[in-house]
Amino acid sequence: MIPTREVLPLSSNAESAGVRKTALNAAHRELGARMVDFNGWEMPVEYPANAAAKHPGGLVAEHLIVRSSVGLFDVSHMGDIRLHGPQALEAVQHMTMNDAAHLAVGQAQYSALLYPTGTFVDDVLVHRLGENDYLLVINAGTREKDLNWVRGAARNFDCIVEDLSDQYTQIAIQGPNGWRTLQKLTGADLSKVKFYWFTHGTVCGLPNTLIARTGYTAEDGFEIYIPSDETTSTRVWKQLLGAGEEFGILPCGLGARNTLRLEGALSLYGHEISDTITPWEARLDRFLKMDKGEFIGHSALVNQKQRGLKTILVGLEAIERGIPRDGYNVTDPEGRHIGYVTSGSPAPFLKKNIALAYVPLEHSAEGTELGVECRSLHVKCKVVPTPFYKRPRPAPAAGSAALPDPAPAAGSAALPDPAPAAGSAALPDPAPAAGSAALPETKHPQ
Amino acid sequence: MAYPPEFKYTKEHEWLAVENTTGTIGITDHAQSSLGDIVFVELPKVGTELTAGKTFGTVESVKAVSDLFAPVSGTVIAINEELATSPEKVNTAPHAAWMVKITLSNPAEIGALLSVADYEKFIAEEQ
Repeated sequence: MIPTREVLPLSSNAESAGVRKTALNAAHRELGARMVDFNGWEMPVEYPANAAAKHPGGLVAEHLIVRSSVGLFDVSHMGDIRLHGPQALEAVQHMTMNDAAHLAVGQAQYSALLYPTGTFVDDVLVHRLGENDYLLVINAGTREKDLNWVRGAARNFDCIVEDLSDQYTQIAIQGPNGWRTLQKLTGADLSKVKFYWFTHGTVCGLPNTLIARTGYTAEDGFEIYIPSDETTSTRVWKQLLGAGEEFGILPCGLGARNTLRLEGALSLYGHEISDTITPWEARLDRFLKMDKGEFIGHSALVNQKQRGLKTILVGLEAIERGIPRDGYNVTDPEGRHIGYVTSGSPAPFLKKNIALAYVPLEHSAEGTELGVECRSLHVKCKVVPTPFYKRPRPAPAAGSAALPDPAPAAGSAALPDPAPAAGSAALPDPAPAAGSAALPETKHPQ
Repeated sequence: MAYPPEFKYTKEHEWLAVENTTGTIGITDHAQSSLGDIVFVELPKVGTELTAGKTFGTVESVKAVSDLFAPVSGTVIAINEELATSPEKVNTAPHAAWMVKITLSNPAEIGALLSVADYEKFIAEEQ
């Protein structure tokens, strides 16, 4: 047995001379992380068992601690593009599909850059830093492509495009105890920062640090952007691990990052979204504001809506033994190929085998039984609503139906009941469901 | 974890225990450790012919699918049904959690396998 066919979205092993490293590379190696090449970046996939932390180590432990308490991620490979100037908003509106005009200063939104064909250049988090000042956080694998795209799209607008990617180390502190962990290291009042909003404050003695309540794990949590020199980055990383120790914090790698986002049905570029897929197909139309005015891709999307969709993204759950994985064929009950899996894996928290897949519309209804060809096994799956997992929200006011407190006690690393039904924590959650990054119930239209 | 001296080993990290003409096959502690938490084991049906050096099944962790290679040739006479419901036994007791039992078709092939000392040396050099 030789470990083969890594089904994380990875390229070759981290031996290539051109592979890039984040400022925390040495810190990961010091912790004994297994490193891999992710889109040209040497990143930790998972960390080993830690006798001192009394943790078994590995992807599953990391995944579970984020759901129950807090995990720490180095996400410095992501890119950062700043647009500022008198027409920065117009430029952002022109190149993205969501409506950035609704953003208040201090607010962020999930959005995407589209090609004229209405397909994805990349998905992006747009932050409004100031009056005419926006920060786009983009994927690691598409940094150069996005930057060239943004520069091109912005050229007829009076604004400056700056690549800040190498200036920041970006660290994500994710999980219900994420805010408690970070609060110990900052004077900013994190209770005032709503989900998908951000602030600036002193973190670990670093003034004016961007602190955003964002993430890619379908949990509450924060992302901070600190100077990218190795000394500062390592110091903050270790201080975060120290602050989170009482909550059982673990450093978490790309392995857990992938399974966490999959349980939340969050898209990954190159899988659920790509340059051949539109927002309608990817079920991201909640973030698509056709009425906001013109933007690149608008007319192509109008056409597609009129013609009708051929294919759509669905959630699948295996109902017999087998694990649907990226790239596997999806079949109808007669065994005919009808689509393919974009992302599939065992779900460590839900304890099911789940997948996202593109199938024709006529096979996309909830409850439809389909098959996935898992190498020599044909595995029955059913179409289920997404997201597969929704984090528990705070209990409603006293007097309403008694609900269990979903937040684990501080300091508890106890694992929660591992089998909530998909989309559960039975609260009338007004937040959006299918295909979306969990968004807050904000007062501001998005 | 100690490697049983009575087993034979392959460079693909399988072990073989032989009793008369019956071979029992599993994967080593080194293998399970590098795989991480094992969530699925796919084994051939009873009656399947295995060929030395060819794949005969797969073992899956959350993030990876890995092929199992037959140490020697033979016919499958039993598979470990426990692994269908408890694949984690491969992690906790890799040298006891056997995967298949076969009737050897060419016992001479055993000579090409590694002794415990050779295998331990091999994995030490791999690090």
